[in-house]
Amino acid sequence: MERLTPVLQRAPGRWQVANVTAIKRETPRVKSFRFELPMWMPHMPGQHYDVRLTAPDGYVAQRSYSVASSPIDKGQIELTIDRLEDGEVSPYFHDVVMEGDQVELRGPFTSYFVWRGEAPVLLIGGGSGVVPLMAILRHRRRVMPDLAMRLVYSVRSADDLIYADELGDEAVVTFTREPPHGWMGHTGRIDQALISEAGIDSGIVFICGSNPFVDAASDLALGAGFRANQIRTERFGPTG
Amino acid sequence: MSGSDFISRAFRGRRRTPEEFADRLPPGQYYEPGYPVLTAGPTPRIAPEEWGFRIDGMVGREREWTWDEFHELPFETVPCDIHCVTKWSKLGTNFGGVSMDTLLEGVEPQGDFTVQFSYGGYTTNLPLADLTGGKAWVVTEHEGQPLAREHGGPARMLVPHLYFWKSAKWVAGVRIMDHDEPGFWEMNGYHNYGDPWKEQRYWSD
Repeated sequence: MERLTPVLQRAPGRWQVANVTAIKRETPRVKSFRFELPMWMPHMPGQHYDVRLTAPDGYVAQRSYSVASSPIDKGQIELTIDRLEDGEVSPYFHDVVMEGDQVELRGPFTSYFVWRGEAPVLLIGGGSGVVPLMAILRHRRRVMPDLAMRLVYSVRSADDLIYADELGDEAVVTFTREPPHGWMGHTGRIDQALISEAGIDSGIVFICGSNPFVDAASDLALGAGFRANQIRTERFGPTG
Repeated sequence: MSGSDFISRAFRGRRRTPEEFADRLPPGQYYEPGYPVLTAGPTPRIAPEEWGFRIDGMVGREREWTWDEFHELPFETVPCDIHCVTKWSKLGTNFGGVSMDTLLEGVEPQGDFTVQFSYGGYTTNLPLADLTGGKAWVVTEHEGQPLAREHGGPARMLVPHLYFWKSAKWVAGVRIMDHDEPGFWEMNGYHNYGDPWKEQRYWSD
């Protein structure tokens, strides 16, 4: 049937030009960017978008970044980007992109490391690996705050703590190198005691971080009695 | 995927690709001198003495090799480039293993499709034609060293002409099928075939 007015196709995977509406500095190395999307569709918490930068001579660089926001934020997504010194895309976001800029992106993609409302949920994040976990946590706060979910979050120092002002009772934080002055909480790498303290021993586990972190955390989750098919992992490779 | 009309304000790029590799980088990929690890789920532990490789399914004759039997087969060094769908490419690297052509000798496949299956449950599908004709190997070495566990050791598939998720780590075997059946990532959003030169990353590509 022919339509009188053209339909805006909202298919995942089509490149679109998004507007940067807000930028928040999370840590000295990490910023969150909020985008308004002309062809927005709700993502599943844990999914990612690809961004594409194009130079005047046609040179292109692409990277994938996890969505940090809840799909309840209609028309928008937030990407949290760690600045890698020798990177190509993340320094552009940190040093060049301003509110009002336009950025080309497409998504949301893949459906393995995603939360579909299963419970209970144990989230284990290392460093910027907390980003897709934050999408899960934020979504739970907005739509089902009574659902059992805890976040175990490992960072090096106070300067590396992303979303510091949002980490409430559901988060257990440990500092592996330099805790903030007067810190009374956990220090050192995540261990079995920290996993036990989170108090989630059934359901599903999401683990995200560097490769060694994910391996260590997976072993701890297996040690805590979770089966391999209850554990979903995302390993942050070098993504400049 | 065609290029863009959109120009990113004040973006020039750092072009870290060495000159000699410039034409070996598929669209949207970047040159990665290291060897990153990307795996869905915990990393399986399989001792070589527990490892075996089998070819089954729609075949005239099933085959199975133990670790020792596998190492009596003709061993090849495979120089290649590998391309991960997460955008990094590792160029000019060497694996060592046995060609799928060798492993398929006498198997008499009765179907045109395959599924690689792994210790740990991972699967990935391909037309049989992509595993034959000198295009695929079961490898146990990388740069002359035993393949590290995080890279799929003791043995993984190597299908370098496709995105690297089409090369199953901790590979346990290949099933010959008379129909195409999407594997793990193919069911979870990645392209059914995965040609990096056509930038077939996701379902919609």
